[in-house]
Amino acid sequence: MAVQIKRKTKLKFSIPTASMPDIIFQLLIFFMVTTVLREYTGLQVTLPEAKKIEKLESKRNVSTIWIDQKNRIVIDDVTVKYEKLTELRNIAYQKLVDNPRLIISLRVDEGADMGVVIDVQQELRKANTLRVNYSALQQVG
Amino acid sequence: MAILNKRQKEDVEIPSSSLADIAFLLLIFFLVCTTIDVDKGLKLVLPPPDVTQEQIHKKNILNVLINDVGEVLLDNEIVNVRDIERIVRDKMAENDKLIISLKTTRLTKYRIYIEVLDQLKRADATRISIAEPEEV
Repeated sequence: MAVQIKRKTKLKFSIPTASMPDIIFQLLIFFMVTTVLREYTGLQVTLPEAKKIEKLESKRNVSTIWIDQKNRIVIDDVTVKYEKLTELRNIAYQKLVDNPRLIISLRVDEGADMGVVIDVQQELRKANTLRVNYSALQQVG
Repeated sequence: MAILNKRQKEDVEIPSSSLADIAFLLLIFFLVCTTIDVDKGLKLVLPPPDVTQEQIHKKNILNVLINDVGEVLLDNEIVNVRDIERIVRDKMAENDKLIISLKTTRLTKYRIYIEVLDQLKRADATRISIAEPEEV
């Protein structure tokens, strides 16, 4: 004799979803505003052009060195004097320790002398940061 | 005067049901239009610092020298920058162990260096080595 209790009073119970898009938008805007993209301005350089260029796979592993026409050198946000290039070695080494997959992106002005570039490369070699990338623009035609 | 009694209250309302659609269209438009500036360039792995002078057979080395005025010498012969790709391709076909040693002087302009490196990359040369310039 199963007593079947039929509950007639069904509780209506629902979360209002009408304002969900608004909440999502507010979240989106919040994160858009608070996200800071770490980007260094560096020096003003005119990059050379090349055809066979590749994309750098991840920005996370990239540190940038700028060298401009007046042979000024900037790594990420530190200015390095040409006379004190050993500092560059220490900085590069520190960065490599922090991130073993480091790639150095060289943004060198097309009018810069190779002498500076070679010296910078020597310091990078001594710091064991061997993966470099010469930034270039896509050559048209 | 019953006509004055007519309530002329019209519901004036901006339809807001399509607001979300408009917002999404805008979002998609900006998503499509935005190009994030990616770093592009020529990849190269520098030789390790204290490398013991490996003895490579001389005929497996192709010396590329760029001099002060931007002339390119392939094994001591002046060549046009645009011909490098073809020549290197031919030489690599002859000898698959070929290593290219790229050397510049201190006064070479960076632009020429990148041009030559680009030519070498176009010739699908993978074994490129950077040589130090002779100290003057």
